[in-house]
Amino acid sequence: MLSPSSGNTVIKSKLIGRRMFLLTAAKAAVMAGIIGRLVSLQINERSKYKTLSDKNRFREWKLAPERGIIKDFFDKEIASNEQVYQVHLIPENSKDIEKLFVRLKTILNITDKKLSYLRRVIAKQKPWEPIIVSDNISWSEFSRLNLFLHELEGVKPVVSVARMYPDNSSAHILGYVSQVSAKDLKTKKYLKELHVPGMSVGKTGLERKLDQEIIGKIGFQRYEVNAFGKRIKQILIDEGQAGKSFKTTLDFEIQKFTSKLLKDKAAAVCVMDIFNGDIVSLVSSPSFEPNEFVHGLDKDYWNSLIKNGMRPLTNKTISGLYPPGSTIKTLVALSALENGIIKPLDTFRCKGKIELYGEKYHCWEKDGHGIVNLRKGIQRSCDVYFYEVARKLGVDRLSETAKKFGLGKKILDGFIEERSGVVPNTKWKKKFIGQNWYLGETLHSGIGQGYFQSTPLQLCLMTAQIANGGFEIKPRLIFDTENNNLKNYLKHKNENPNDPLPTDLLVSNFNLKPLFKNQEHINLIKDAMYSSSNEPGGTSYRHRLENRKFTFAGKTGSSQIKRFTEEQRAAEVKQESLPYKDRDHALFVAFAPYDDPKYAISVLVEHGGSGGKAAAPIAKKVIKKVLERHDLRQKVNSLLGETV
Amino acid sequence: MFRARSIQSSLTLKDKILSVDYILVFSVFILGLVSILAMYSTDGGEFKYHTNSHILRFFVFFGMFITLSFIQIRFWHSQSYIIYVLFFILLLGVKYFGLTSSGSKRWLDLYFMNLQPSELMKIGLILFLAKYFHRISIENINQIRFLFLPIVVLVAPVILVATQPDLGTALLIAAGGITVAWLAGVRVKFFAISALAFLALLPIAISFLKPYQKSRILTFLNPERDPLGAGYQIIQSKIAIGSGGLFGKGFLQGSQSYLDYLPEKHTDFIFTLFSEEFGFFGSLFILVLYAIIVWRIVKIGNVTRSNFGKLFCYSFATAFFIYVVVNMMMVLGLLPIVGSPLPIMSYGGSSMMAIMLGLGITMSCKVYKDTPVN
Repeated sequence: MLSPSSGNTVIKSKLIGRRMFLLTAAKAAVMAGIIGRLVSLQINERSKYKTLSDKNRFREWKLAPERGIIKDFFDKEIASNEQVYQVHLIPENSKDIEKLFVRLKTILNITDKKLSYLRRVIAKQKPWEPIIVSDNISWSEFSRLNLFLHELEGVKPVVSVARMYPDNSSAHILGYVSQVSAKDLKTKKYLKELHVPGMSVGKTGLERKLDQEIIGKIGFQRYEVNAFGKRIKQILIDEGQAGKSFKTTLDFEIQKFTSKLLKDKAAAVCVMDIFNGDIVSLVSSPSFEPNEFVHGLDKDYWNSLIKNGMRPLTNKTISGLYPPGSTIKTLVALSALENGIIKPLDTFRCKGKIELYGEKYHCWEKDGHGIVNLRKGIQRSCDVYFYEVARKLGVDRLSETAKKFGLGKKILDGFIEERSGVVPNTKWKKKFIGQNWYLGETLHSGIGQGYFQSTPLQLCLMTAQIANGGFEIKPRLIFDTENNNLKNYLKHKNENPNDPLPTDLLVSNFNLKPLFKNQEHINLIKDAMYSSSNEPGGTSYRHRLENRKFTFAGKTGSSQIKRFTEEQRAAEVKQESLPYKDRDHALFVAFAPYDDPKYAISVLVEHGGSGGKAAAPIAKKVIKKVLERHDLRQKVNSLLGETV
Repeated sequence: MFRARSIQSSLTLKDKILSVDYILVFSVFILGLVSILAMYSTDGGEFKYHTNSHILRFFVFFGMFITLSFIQIRFWHSQSYIIYVLFFILLLGVKYFGLTSSGSKRWLDLYFMNLQPSELMKIGLILFLAKYFHRISIENINQIRFLFLPIVVLVAPVILVATQPDLGTALLIAAGGITVAWLAGVRVKFFAISALAFLALLPIAISFLKPYQKSRILTFLNPERDPLGAGYQIIQSKIAIGSGGLFGKGFLQGSQSYLDYLPEKHTDFIFTLFSEEFGFFGSLFILVLYAIIVWRIVKIGNVTRSNFGKLFCYSFATAFFIYVVVNMMMVLGLLPIVGSPLPIMSYGGSSMMAIMLGLGITMSCKVYKDTPVN
């Protein structure tokens, strides 16, 4: 039955079957390969791909935290926050960025420079990341923007908060905030996890010192987004945490009052509570407008600040270095007394000048002060008397006392702009200048000239520590009810007036650190300062306050910029007739009230001439204001649990 | 026995219905239901355009498959050249009257559907070559003059499709044709020579490639080359499959596809979507279904008497297998993205039609397994 071709067919079908078998084997191998791949992706690497998938899905938007508030002693906000209106833009939501820019320019006030900056930012970041077109627009611009919003795809009007300073009287000590810079990110570790585009950080002053705590914790919104970056739903929101608020020791009223007094002057004023070191006022003039820094500084304004010879950006109270001038005489006298070099009634004769080591040393009083003892030396600020005292004392013993009272080192903590100044001695000169000490330089040091450099705050601290009876205090800016050893002691003393404690008991019972060997010496200096301000012939007698409630005891000083030539001396050239830049800096330190000292003050007027004429009148007004507000301050202190 | 064979034509309807391979029918039906689920998910859990039209197509073409099963195997054998020519004319029609979409001309507008003749050609070529190699005697198979026609028949549509341009489909058509020739007993030598000739012509062929096709091949070799461009698809597909894990993210929970990270999720990447939502076990389930289908087709090839039937079934099974694995290897990042649908699962009427046509002819080989063809 089988045709020849059917044999052929059978052979053929066997061949087909054989080859099919081979193919089937190949298929099995391929199938195994695919299963292997599935195992590798879905089992072995599933967590890796799960993470990748979540990374796809979720996108986070960080929310800048609200900065903590800085308040004054009476809880007035001196650095607060205000609502600001901003314009954000999500580039990918806009069909045509260029067209949008043109449209935005007609609505907002945007410069071409800003636009080209925005273009650069857009090119750098992901298209779904928002950029801030303008971080502070006016209400009218904001409402106009909202009106035209329907034709501005991708634009988002945002209401946010930003730093606001009610006035600029405290600009220097508060400092300012500004956009995070690349350098900030490098130097401040805490910013790394905090960085949100458009966030501000403290650049100087308290804002910088407190930055880490005041900045708060960022919040974030987490959204599920699709492949085009469109938000599908909100998964999570963390509001973040507003920064910690701080209460300072500053009195905003006095800050404003003082800054008004210093208007148009290059000057500085420090006021300190002599018992607990509370800094009541710290004003540097001229000031700058800190609000200008918050939303990106205007270049013209910046240039005007930089070029201003009165250096408005410098906080003169802690960064300005000036020779202490005659204000140092209090310490020279104290050091000499403590070291037994002189007795209060030892006298020298001042003939207007003295010749020593082949050089002439002049007294500021050309005709001389005649017979001068310690009290008169301080009262009249007789240079010749202090030349003699300094010569006997020597610069090394003087520098020891000066350092003890707070000169030559930084007082505050955490202010990068603070400078330490110089208290010269023989070792210092060898180390930093590489020369031996000349005896003549001791005489210059004795009247606070030469190498001596100090900040107004150091002079204030020095005065405060004399005024409180010679005890060490730690100046502070942040309000604190702790650390009032001196006040505890005072309370004890008031309750037990006939029980003078020996020094070692002061140390052990009240944890005080006396800066004296014999407190009588401190009292002598205080008395001499009283005579300087309140007795005829005193250098600041003209500006005394007669009301015993306000009466202060002070010491004038002027720090020389240029030494007078012999010709100028002969011609009796007055400071006022010198060019501004060559005039002496005027200084004045004081404490008040004399009968029951509470506050110390230092005043500096750059190129103000003599301390008696330029600085004392300012001190007088500030002292009166501070003492008038003392009861208010006292009330707050007792309310918040401070003793006394 | 032989007598029985001679009365095949008088099989009763009951015989015919009983001889249908129900495991194959059932597997195809289950796969169709799974594909509807997947399509429903691509529409975001709603009965929208893709789902509805996929359901319609599946049932229409599934019906066609069943109907075609009862057509005489002799008919397929006698008409196979005609069918090939018909499909070839349709392909030519695409060249002149085709619809252009995203840079390639693949479709004919038939008013009720857009037909993609290249999909049909996958079956047409197998049908043609099965008949051809069935007819020539075993002695002649390896003679050059008898290989001339198969080469022309294979190369002509491949070139037409490749220049649409649709490289993926062209390669799959060629794979089907080569499979028939290999099974029919053409010596390995000829394939080697052809491969060499192909390699020699490759540089010329590459010069005809569109830039996007070149980029696809380069991107396959290094997907990270361009993570937001052509490599994006492979990376996102791998992320979707990998993140599915063992049990998947759950039905309608595939974030990658739901959030549009997955490209072409209705068509080429339907397996990715399924794999993301149903995980390793889901993928395995699909693989098993496909394996069953291939196995049943091969089994029909085993029982059918005629070499035409055997050649067709074996070749179709192999081609079907190739379509499946090429698509899977593509979405698993093992092959470049060439654009090939996953049989039955993927959205696309012509592909569904071609597969059901192939299955129908296969089933006819089963129903009329003892009918001799000449």
